[in-house]
Amino acid sequence: MRDRLFIIIAGSVVGLLAVILVLQGNPANMGFCIACFIRDIAGGLGLHRAGVVQYLRPEIIGLVLGAFVTALYVREFKATGGSSPVLRFALGMLMMAGALIFLGCPLRMVLRMAGGDWNAFVALPGYVLGVWLGTLFLRRGFTLGRSQEQAPVNGYAGPSIAVVLLILLLAAPAFIFFSEEGPGSMFAPLTLTLGAGLIVGILAQRTRLCTMGAIRDLILFKDYHLFLGFAAIFVVALIGNLFTGQFIPGFAEQPVAHLDGVWNFSGMTVVGLAAVLAGGCPMRQLILTGEGQSDALITVLGMGGGAAFMHNFGLAGSPAGVAPAGQWIVIISLVILFIIGAANIKMPAKNKSKERAKAS
Amino acid sequence: MSELVDCRGLSCPEPVLLARQAIQREADDTLTVIVSNAVARDNVTRTARAMGRQVKVEEEGEDFKLQISK
Repeated sequence: MRDRLFIIIAGSVVGLLAVILVLQGNPANMGFCIACFIRDIAGGLGLHRAGVVQYLRPEIIGLVLGAFVTALYVREFKATGGSSPVLRFALGMLMMAGALIFLGCPLRMVLRMAGGDWNAFVALPGYVLGVWLGTLFLRRGFTLGRSQEQAPVNGYAGPSIAVVLLILLLAAPAFIFFSEEGPGSMFAPLTLTLGAGLIVGILAQRTRLCTMGAIRDLILFKDYHLFLGFAAIFVVALIGNLFTGQFIPGFAEQPVAHLDGVWNFSGMTVVGLAAVLAGGCPMRQLILTGEGQSDALITVLGMGGGAAFMHNFGLAGSPAGVAPAGQWIVIISLVILFIIGAANIKMPAKNKSKERAKAS
Repeated sequence: MSELVDCRGLSCPEPVLLARQAIQREADDTLTVIVSNAVARDNVTRTARAMGRQVKVEEEGEDFKLQISK
């Protein structure tokens, strides 16, 4: 009961902070968007040159550092990794590809729904479909293999990168890009964005909040624990938007969104399936990075690489829609995801462990 | 002879899936699940309790040993 209350509180805080961040300067319906913000960071570092989406988003830095400090405090920080790193990098890329077709990670999908963007309601069933497809692989024994304990420096890499990004943001050297127009130029004050990231990082580390796990556990186990957090984000953001006049229902002219229903739906199918195979939504990957999991860090780096790829080759969606090349990316992504899923189905470990038990 | 399910290095939901299968298989027997992270410890514990089992958690070095019984 206490756990359930805690995850509802965590989801509520995420929803509330998202509304406040938009009121204070973040792009509309983008209080939090992990995919967009990682894309903005990739742009800020000059990995892509889409001038309207370049900014070292402090929310991301805060999420990693909040989870890191909390994990240290509760003694859950542990440097692990080595479980199919190349495939995890690819899954990060594909997760980003799908998100940049839809224009948002699952968290922003929920926030867009709460802001009255009906296009996000079209994307939601696509996301659920993707997660469901992922559970089919899990039920058949999909696994990326076991992670190993690693030297602590592997675990500190993620939080260290976050600190370096914060220094670069504060020092603002000439080689860091800052958008002068577009979504990248819209941001709430640093103390607020960094603080919001830290708070959510702490709460998400403790509650294991995950927008993919929410749907996955419902489908796999009829366990609605994580879903409570997911629902709380929506309900609180919706109420907040209604109270602050930010609830503007409709399909057309939604902020940082397009009307292309097929690609909104299928883009999120890619995200859902990739997230199941990678073991967590984009936000959860940041939290796990803070806990010392280099497998999650490599997924996050894959997301950064995916963002650069999508923007450098003009594949990302835009308010004008999804270009034909971007549409091909969705199809190619789904094919690659099915290959990764099918190629990693292994016999359950039960037989092996039984043998081991008998031997011992 | 109680079954041992080694879930070290696996991340959720895999430990939960394996533990559930084992609980269903060994309906009357006790079962030991070893996990290597706190998330798996919490999730397997919650699942086993939801299936009407008792769970005893022991720390074993860097890992957690979960004794699951009726």
